[in-house]
Amino acid sequence: MPKPPGLTLFDKIWNDHTVERGEDGSYLIYIDRIFLHERTGSLALSGLESSGRTTKNPANVFCTMDHIVDTKPGRSDNTTTPGGKEFIQVTRQLANQHGITLFDLEDPMQGISHVVAAEQAIALPGCTMICPDSHTCTLGAIGALATGVGSSECEHALATETLRFFKPKQMRVQFKGKLSPGVTAKDLALHLISTFSATGGSGCAVEFAGPVISELDVEARQTLCNLAVEFSAFTGIIAPDDKIINYLKNKPFAPKGQAWQTATKYWSTLQTDVDAKFDHEIEIDCTEIAPTVTWGTSPEQAVSIEAVVPHPDSTDLASKKNAINRALNYMNLSPGMPITDLPIQAAFIGSCTNSRLSDLRIAANILKGRSIAPGVKAICVPGSTQVKALAEKEGLDQIFRQAGFEWRESGCSMCFYAGGEGFNSGDRVITSTNRNFEGRQGPGTRSHLASPATVAASAVTGYITDFRAIQD
Amino acid sequence: MQKFLTHQGIAAPLLRVNIDTDAILPSREMKRVSREGLGGSLFAGWRYLQGVVKAGNLDPEFVLNQPAYADASILLTGQNMGCGSSREFAVWALKDFGIRAIVSPSFGAIFYTNCIRNGVLPIILDEKQIADIATEVVPNPQLNQLSIDLQHSQITTPNQQRYSFRIEASYQQMLLNGLDPIDLTLQLQTDIDEFIRADQVKRSWAHANRPIND
Ligand code: SF4
Repeated sequence: MPKPPGLTLFDKIWNDHTVERGEDGSYLIYIDRIFLHERTGSLALSGLESSGRTTKNPANVFCTMDHIVDTKPGRSDNTTTPGGKEFIQVTRQLANQHGITLFDLEDPMQGISHVVAAEQAIALPGCTMICPDSHTCTLGAIGALATGVGSSECEHALATETLRFFKPKQMRVQFKGKLSPGVTAKDLALHLISTFSATGGSGCAVEFAGPVISELDVEARQTLCNLAVEFSAFTGIIAPDDKIINYLKNKPFAPKGQAWQTATKYWSTLQTDVDAKFDHEIEIDCTEIAPTVTWGTSPEQAVSIEAVVPHPDSTDLASKKNAINRALNYMNLSPGMPITDLPIQAAFIGSCTNSRLSDLRIAANILKGRSIAPGVKAICVPGSTQVKALAEKEGLDQIFRQAGFEWRESGCSMCFYAGGEGFNSGDRVITSTNRNFEGRQGPGTRSHLASPATVAASAVTGYITDFRAIQD
Repeated sequence: MQKFLTHQGIAAPLLRVNIDTDAILPSREMKRVSREGLGGSLFAGWRYLQGVVKAGNLDPEFVLNQPAYADASILLTGQNMGCGSSREFAVWALKDFGIRAIVSPSFGAIFYTNCIRNGVLPIILDEKQIADIATEVVPNPQLNQLSIDLQHSQITTPNQQRYSFRIEASYQQMLLNGLDPIDLTLQLQTDIDEFIRADQVKRSWAHANRPIND
C-alpha cells in the first residue's frame, strides 16, 4: 500500500475536530471555544433566546466588552456610541443568564477579545475557536484553528458546539531571510498583502512558516495572523513551538498539572509533515522589506516608507485602476508624492493588531525623551486591562503621557468609528490598526496603517516618518 | 429561514472592488440589539450627503437613489464584496432594503455565509460576465430586469443570455427549502455527543472546563 500523504498542521487539527462528513462534502467541526463581544455577541445570544434554544456548554464560552465601551478614564455603561448602553447591558444580562464567563468593564481580564483570548490562554494550540468577529484569526498565532463568523453562525455554535464548514484550500507562506532591524510583523503583513493583493489568500487557510516566523516573538505572531483576514484568508496559523508553550504556561485558563503534560505532548505533534502538500505556496525574502505603510483605502494599497504614492497606470486592471483613483481622491493624494511628505493630524496606537505590551514598549522606546509635534492628537489604548497594568508597572504610561499621548482604558476605541468618538473629517491619521477603509475611523477620516514604531515616530515629527531617520 | 426559489428584479451596478461591510452598514448605524429596520442606513456613507441618514438627505448621484434603479433587488458588484468586519448587520440591512441577490466575482467568506443564513443569494460570476450583464441592464434598468432561477442556478437577462453559477448543493437546498441549519445539526446530536466523549479521552486537556457528567 502506498504511504498516505503527509498532513499539514491545519489538516491535523481539522481531522481531530471532524464530527461528521456531510454528503455534500462539508464537515461538521467541533468547536472548543467560543468568544463573544458586546457588539455582535449580543445578537447571537438574543437570537438564541428568541428561538428558545440554550448555550450547550457555557463552560467553554467567554465574553468581553470591547467594541462599544468607552476608553476614557472613569467609564461606565454610558458610552458615546449611539445605543451603546443597550448593547452593553443586554450582553451582560444574557451572558449572566447563560452562565458564560464575562470579562465586564471592571474586570482585570477585560480587553479586546483577541488580545484577551491569547493572554489568558483561552485559545490553545490544537483547539478550534470562533468569535463573531473577523479578526479571530489572530489566535492562529497560538496554533489554534480560529476563525471569525457572523452572529447566526455563532448562535449555531452556541447551541450545538459545532459549525459546518467546507474545508478551505491550503496555502503556505514561507518567510525566508532575516528582517532588518526595527522591521516588524506589521510591515511583513502589509508587504505580503500589497504584493499578493487583499484577496491573495481567498478561500485558503494560510500557514505562516519559515525562519523569520521562528524568530518572531509570540505577540508579533499575533500581529501577523491578525492581518490574515485582510488577505481574505479563512485563517492564518503558525505551528506551536517552545515559545508558545512558555507563553501559555501557568496562564489562567491554560491546562494545569497532569493536563498540562498531556497537552504539551499533543501540541508537539502539531507540525506540518515534511511531505505534506499545499494547494498554494508563496516564498518571501524578508531581507529587503522596509517599514511599510498604507497610502490608500485597502490594506493592499501599501508601500515601503521610502516609496512614493503610486500612479493609477501602475496596474493594467481596470477595476484596480478605478480603485486607485477612488483612493487617491478620498485620501487627497497625487501620484508620485513621497509618503514621508504627508503631514498628519492624529496618531493612534491600539487595536487587536498592535496594542500588546511589546508594541507599547517599541513605541515608548521612540517616544522616550521626545514630544509629539504641536497640533497632533495622539492616543494610546492598551489592548487589555492587563496590558495596561503591566505597562504602567514599567512606567510606559509616563513616557506616553510626557510625550503628549493620551493614555486610555482598554478597548477597541478608535480602531473603528461607531458614531461616538472618532477623528475629524479630512484628518490624516497614522494608526497601528488593521483597516484603512473609507470612514473606518470617522466619516471622511484618512487612515494610514503602520507599525507602532512608525506611528510613534510620525507623531513626533508631525509627518509620516521612517522611524530609522529619528533614531540615535 | 427565508426561502429563495426564483426571483425577477431590477439590478443595480455598484461595480467597485473591495466593498467592505463598514461601507454596506457603518457601525454608527447599528443602534439597537436588533436585526430589524436597518435598510434606511444601508450604504449610509454613500447614499446620504455627508453620510447623515435623514429624510431629504439622499445623494442623487448614488446609484440606488436614481429613479431608474428604484426598487432594485439585485446588486452587481466588483470583487471581494463584503470584505472586512464580520457584522451580520450588513446583510440584515441589505435584506431590509429589499436586496434578494448579489452578483460578484468573489465575496468575503464570512459575508457569503451570512448571506446564505439570511436568504440573500450570493452569486459568483466572472468580472467580464458581470460587466456584460451591466451593459445590458443600464439602458433601461426598470425594463431590463434579470431573472434568477436557483433550482437551475442560472441568471437570465432580457436578451435571453443565460449565465450559470456555482453554489454548493447544501446551500442551494437550504435556500430552496428555507431549512434552519441549527435544526439540521441538532438532528446529529447523538453523533456530536459521541464525538465529545471520545475527544474527552483523546484531548482531555481541552475539556478541562467542562462539567463532568455522570
Ligand atoms: S480592535 Fe478593531 S479590529 Fe480589533 S476587534 Fe476591535 S474593532 Fe475589530
